[in-house]
Amino acid sequence: MPVLGGFVFPPVDELFRWKDIWFEGTPFAINKTVILIILSSIFVLIFMFSGSRKMKLQPSGMQNVVELTYEFIDTGITRDVVGHDAERYTPFLGTLFLWILFLNFWSVIPGIQFPPTSRMGVPGFLALMVYGIYLFVGFKHHKLKYLTGHLFPPGVPKFLYILVTPIEFVQLFLVRPFSLAVRLLANMMAGHILLTALSLLTAYAVNNVGVLKLVAIPAFGLNVAVMGFEILVGFLQAYIFTLLAAVYIGDSLHPDH
Amino acid sequence: MSTLLLAAQQAGELKAGLQSIGAGIVYGAAAIGPGIGIGLVVGSAITAMARQPEMQGTIRTTMFLGIAFTEALALFGFVLFFLAKS
Repeated sequence: MPVLGGFVFPPVDELFRWKDIWFEGTPFAINKTVILIILSSIFVLIFMFSGSRKMKLQPSGMQNVVELTYEFIDTGITRDVVGHDAERYTPFLGTLFLWILFLNFWSVIPGIQFPPTSRMGVPGFLALMVYGIYLFVGFKHHKLKYLTGHLFPPGVPKFLYILVTPIEFVQLFLVRPFSLAVRLLANMMAGHILLTALSLLTAYAVNNVGVLKLVAIPAFGLNVAVMGFEILVGFLQAYIFTLLAAVYIGDSLHPDH
Repeated sequence: MSTLLLAAQQAGELKAGLQSIGAGIVYGAAAIGPGIGIGLVVGSAITAMARQPEMQGTIRTTMFLGIAFTEALALFGFVLFFLAKS
């Protein structure tokens, strides 16, 4: 679809679909996304191991960083949001946060510049996992009262249940996991498309003749600025995903507040 | 009348063009409400932080929660944008 006289933006599908490298055609095909996912998992392992082996009372080096990260999740997210009996959820939420963070940061690493979280597989799977966990926790701690407490919230006039119950049902079983997945997906996808468009515009302007060459300067400057913004977005989305997972789990544990 | 005839001849292009316009309207309309909403959330959070700086941590967490819930609508619009285009 040519716009701007010769400047061609590829169809969106091309930006997110990578060719299979090994095992083409099988369900276990490996492409760039899968490699990045595996690499990020290994990085999370290395990060946590390097700080938690040979722990010292007086932390130094890597142990400092790991302890800071853990404390950030433990005090900032779990204890604040989940409430009492929270510390058992910190390992899960910490892993979730670190993994999403590492996956998001691929979008600004030169030469790779593709966040695997912009494919529905990753955020969809994570959201389904959180969905399963908060439903499980809710039913385990409150049995059937979890469902009735949510669908028929106390303090609401009886005749309003006609309105409230369907809304609460859709909210609890459909909107929550869907919005959790789509939030992460759409943010990373938008960032990737924006970076691609600006890079292509820069390349197009540099290869042009005359006044159009000057467009390259603001386009490149904007590209660098957006890249800095992407680092912020990657961190923020990992934080928000973990925060919302904690909120949903906390809501299942103590639905009355 | 002649424009209609022309439109009939280039039905494919017309469809693609209308789809693009529709997709643009979808995202633009979906961004209005959340834009106002996020503005309200952040504005109130800043007022609260200025009044009680010692509550900053809690307020910031709550602010991000509010932003996340408000933003969801805009993101649904973003997904609908791609659905409307294809």
